[in-house]
Amino acid sequence: MSEQTILSVRDLAVSFDTYAGEVQAVRGVTWHLNEKETIAIVGESGCGKTVSIQTVMGLLQKPAGRIKRGEIIFGGQNVADFTPKQWRTIQGNEMSMIFQDPLTYLNPTMRVGEQISEAYLEHNPGVTRAQANERVLSIMRLVSLPSPVQNMRRYPNQLSGGMRQRVMVAMALICDPKVLFADEPTTALDVTIQAQIIDLMNGLKEKVNTSIVLITHDLGVVANMAQRIYVMYAGQIVEHGDVDSIFSSPKHPYTWGLLGSVPRLDSKNKSRLYSIPGTPPDLLAPPAGCPFAARCKYAMNICKRQTPGQYHFGKQGQYTCCWLYEPQAKERLHQAQQQRGCAHHD
Amino acid sequence: MTETLLKLTDVRKHFPAGRGASVKAVNGVSLEIRRGETLGLVGESGCGKTTLGRTIVKLYRPDGGRIEYGGQDVWSFDRKQNLDYRKKVQIIYQDPYASLDPLSVVSTSIAEGLNIHKMYRSSKERHERVLELLRLVGLNPEHANRFPHEFSGGQRQRIGIARALALEPELIVCDEPISALDVSIQAQIVNLMMQLQQDMGLSYIFITHDLSMVKQISDRIAVMYLGSIVELAPSDMLYEHHCHPYTQALLSAIPIPDPETERTRKRILLQGDAPNPTALGDSCDFAGRCPCATDKCRSQRPALTEIEPGHWAACHYSQAL
Repeated sequence: MSEQTILSVRDLAVSFDTYAGEVQAVRGVTWHLNEKETIAIVGESGCGKTVSIQTVMGLLQKPAGRIKRGEIIFGGQNVADFTPKQWRTIQGNEMSMIFQDPLTYLNPTMRVGEQISEAYLEHNPGVTRAQANERVLSIMRLVSLPSPVQNMRRYPNQLSGGMRQRVMVAMALICDPKVLFADEPTTALDVTIQAQIIDLMNGLKEKVNTSIVLITHDLGVVANMAQRIYVMYAGQIVEHGDVDSIFSSPKHPYTWGLLGSVPRLDSKNKSRLYSIPGTPPDLLAPPAGCPFAARCKYAMNICKRQTPGQYHFGKQGQYTCCWLYEPQAKERLHQAQQQRGCAHHD
Repeated sequence: MTETLLKLTDVRKHFPAGRGASVKAVNGVSLEIRRGETLGLVGESGCGKTTLGRTIVKLYRPDGGRIEYGGQDVWSFDRKQNLDYRKKVQIIYQDPYASLDPLSVVSTSIAEGLNIHKMYRSSKERHERVLELLRLVGLNPEHANRFPHEFSGGQRQRIGIARALALEPELIVCDEPISALDVSIQAQIVNLMMQLQQDMGLSYIFITHDLSMVKQISDRIAVMYLGSIVELAPSDMLYEHHCHPYTQALLSAIPIPDPETERTRKRILLQGDAPNPTALGDSCDFAGRCPCATDKCRSQRPALTEIEPGHWAACHYSQAL
């Protein structure tokens, strides 16, 4: 690919050791992020999307969690085996994160301005308080926080939900990070405020040179922000593609279900929603074979025994891990596609 | 015309906010809920939709206005009528993790109402009913003696539904029953609720902030802003032809899961946040954020008026929109 890859994750597996046993939260995921690009990792809660980006940012809870295998290549180095001290030079500086719920992640006893400047002062020794404040004001203007001079001196509880999320964005951007992780950045917000934040984050890419990794379960947000999508299920990536291919011709039955279960504002008919039966598998004892097999309408014998490989489509790098695309399963695939077609029209 | 089940006239609920001020959480709401229909109640957080729901089930006493059930004010009921009202009007709460007693097995939680209302003489019959309810909401009756923590979020919400159905209600107030659930599970619960409505002739008041989901299940939708209803219409009509700028902004703010539509769609971005509900004046509540507010909006409060049959809006310029 011609674009510059700035972050790549190869076969990353993360497990947590609990009293009940080993929880295999992430089971071998591979993805990459190009410069000035937004990618989205989509999946249900518990599919390992948050754990995988926390690991990539060095925020994995240790010693309960551990990286079982895999590489995280950032800036030409494998950061997976960095020491905490090495991590601190990157965290908040070259990589930063916007968390889901601003109220839990902001310090209630610190003024907003101080919290925004904290990372800047940490990573730029020798900068004076006044210079830092200058920087804070400019970043607050960038994220369109109203009256920055007054708001700098306020506490988080004095701000509204939307403003708090803007403060989180400002905190993440203060050091001009190369990569910005956004973990469900709009889930805790109202729709009108969500629209404002999406607009802000889309505008950021033009204003500052940042790539964004977006984590969400809201497909509407994804359609608005991302260029490429990774669909995750039970700790694995089951489908990848550019945003148009995923929405217009999804390949994996899980993606079909995910797209089918969202009601569309612009659809006319009021039929029953498609729902995926059952619940995601227990990652304490992940099933052999395809993790989705137990909930999949089109599952075949092989699905329960063997994990499918990647099947590629088109030039945009779309691939899926599903046995239906094995040449031998051609008839089954045809059947499935027809059934899916019917499900959409009745 | 179908029968009116519940009628709200100018209902108000204010909470004291210190120094003589009050939060006008519900500020003059008039509504009718008909038998067998689903009324969607939509709005941003803090608009008073939950307070209204709780006022309907008599968890709050309104500070003004009337709630009529069967033609009679619910606050003039005697003890017997009151018991009956509590039986007929049930609520499903938002958070399935917080609304079930963690120390009771689910059969106890579900049977609680049956006990209070002395619905069954023998404990055996009562237990039968609990098992039947579990089957009805798609749970395994063998799990009746499990504790809430042994269930997933979607299953817990099913327990909440079973509990609400136990007393054979006529109306269920659903206070954001799906917002704490994953997308694939949301669809399961919504389908279940629609199925139950068909089978049992229930009425729902479906409180939510998710405008795309509410479209899926509602017959009529009321849009709330700062304690009052700004638009009320049959759901198809509301989505096709909305007459209040707030509804317009709310609808355009919802991201559509289709990149192609998104690229061409025009979007109205509302500036700022909803104002403080302690300081509501004579102006239109929405005037401060409205892209087309005029001096009239800032000085005069528009009333909810009928624009076309069944379609109500509270805007001075609703005809022009």
